[in-house]
Amino acid sequence: MTSRCLRSGVKDDFPLLVGAHDKPIVYLDSAASSQKPQCVLDAMNCYYETINANVHRGAYEIAAQATEAMEAARAKIARFVNAPRGDEIVFTKNVTEAMNLVARSWGGANLGPGDAVVITEMEHHANIVPWQIMAAEKGFELRWIGVGADGQLDLGNLDRLLDGAKLLGVTAMSNVLGTLNPIRHLADAAHAAGALVLVDAAQYVPHLPTDVQALGADFLGFTGHKMCGPTGIGVLWARAELLEAMPPFLGGGEMILDVRKDGFTANRIPHKFEAGTPPIAEIVGLGAAVDYLEGLGMESVREHEVTLTAYALRTLEDRYGSDVDVHGPAEPACRGGVLSMSFRGIHPHDLSQVLDHHGVCVRAGHHCAKPLMRHLGLPATARASLYIYNDTSDVDALADALGAAGDFFSF
Amino acid sequence: MSGLEDLYREIILDHYRNPRNRGELEVPPAVRAEGFNPLCGDDVIVFVELADGVVSRISTSGQGCSISQSSASMMSTATAGRTIAEALRLVRAFKTMMSIHGSGIGSADSDLEDDDYSESVEDVKLGDLEALRGVVKFPVRIKCATLCWNTLVEALNEAAA
Repeated sequence: MTSRCLRSGVKDDFPLLVGAHDKPIVYLDSAASSQKPQCVLDAMNCYYETINANVHRGAYEIAAQATEAMEAARAKIARFVNAPRGDEIVFTKNVTEAMNLVARSWGGANLGPGDAVVITEMEHHANIVPWQIMAAEKGFELRWIGVGADGQLDLGNLDRLLDGAKLLGVTAMSNVLGTLNPIRHLADAAHAAGALVLVDAAQYVPHLPTDVQALGADFLGFTGHKMCGPTGIGVLWARAELLEAMPPFLGGGEMILDVRKDGFTANRIPHKFEAGTPPIAEIVGLGAAVDYLEGLGMESVREHEVTLTAYALRTLEDRYGSDVDVHGPAEPACRGGVLSMSFRGIHPHDLSQVLDHHGVCVRAGHHCAKPLMRHLGLPATARASLYIYNDTSDVDALADALGAAGDFFSF
Repeated sequence: MSGLEDLYREIILDHYRNPRNRGELEVPPAVRAEGFNPLCGDDVIVFVELADGVVSRISTSGQGCSISQSSASMMSTATAGRTIAEALRLVRAFKTMMSIHGSGIGSADSDLEDDDYSESVEDVKLGDLEALRGVVKFPVRIKCATLCWNTLVEALNEAAA
């Protein structure tokens, strides 16, 4: 059964989930990486089979077509997140590179002793370590917004933390707890304090309608492979005036207008930040993924996930009661479909091993969020995460496999 | 669950349920070494006390999955009362069974490479540790099994220094 809000047959669009294996795969690890629909694979193949050539400057027809395909994808992606301008979309390798770009380029030019950057305890390492590296280099202060017992940010001392800060870095949705953070509220507070806002939207853009302007973000990063697109392609959106004022990130081909022996002139945005041959097929694939998600409708995607998350929380509670602890907000409407679990004291590695034996794919570990895990007092969790192709049968399979793991390790 | 029983042999589950030599030793006279598995956040702490070149006491603490915890428990019983040289040969024999060497993976296992690696360890009796052989079929779990052994080498190096 699928939710009434998403069209039926979504799972059939994903070759890996139907027929690629002897035994069907119950894929519950989309927060790590989503599966890819056939249309994305076809778009990438079609690019290679018909117009593969390096982009920009080629005078011949297929080079022009490749350039056109890449720039059409950029325009599509800009529209998908309601960016005011297409040239505000910078292609990166992933969110991690997008965060490093901001830390290195904007941070390098704007931060020094006496300055502060505020991040949260629920950030992914991608939005922590780049700031730690730059703080060590530039001598600014790194401040932390804590997390409360309810899995929400502790905003009691927000104004004090933001006082004198130049940037607030925050995840739109926790990859461990599923918490949806109040980005607009945080952005307004940060802007009032004179700070810019960097949003890690890796877990947000694939799952909810995204409007960078309504969120009030200044920088926002997301990645293709979590939203039905290929690996190796991420996006940094930033306001054009910020990008224009920032120094280049990586140097090389494509990012210059002119190179002389005494220096270089940087290219216009976004090319200034896109040194070297870009991952053209991956960009085309991400464009196809955006088409696919728009075809489903992002409102429907969100509604499907809220419905399925509610079903999952109810099912686990009904079957296992207090034996299962799903970390993070209890209310499905306030969270994403990321279910980090502790179950009967079984170590998450052992749990995921038994689940794998039953064809259920979940992730075990610290989910690249060690400060949060330390705060929660958990060395690891087993995390099941839901997406468009999951339905109640996947949740039931998870619940059954948990029971089997409980039997196996009952002592 | 045939596949799972290759991994979770009864003796492994027994050591997981009832770990031997669990706890901490006073430092000094014991030495303490801590190992982390950055992939899963597991950690193991090995305490070793030497007397006349022999492992007179050994204990382990920390947290981890059934494989890492049972490996630590079995390691402690297998190395107690052994000389340093015997313990290191056992480490080599165990890691050979885990197929780490020559695989090009597991750079954290390089600490043994300086030793005389040409020496055969085929004659070393692994006893209960043989139960962990099935872990090799589950490559992502090999590091769980070897974590405590790498940490033991660190502890022995420090104790012998």
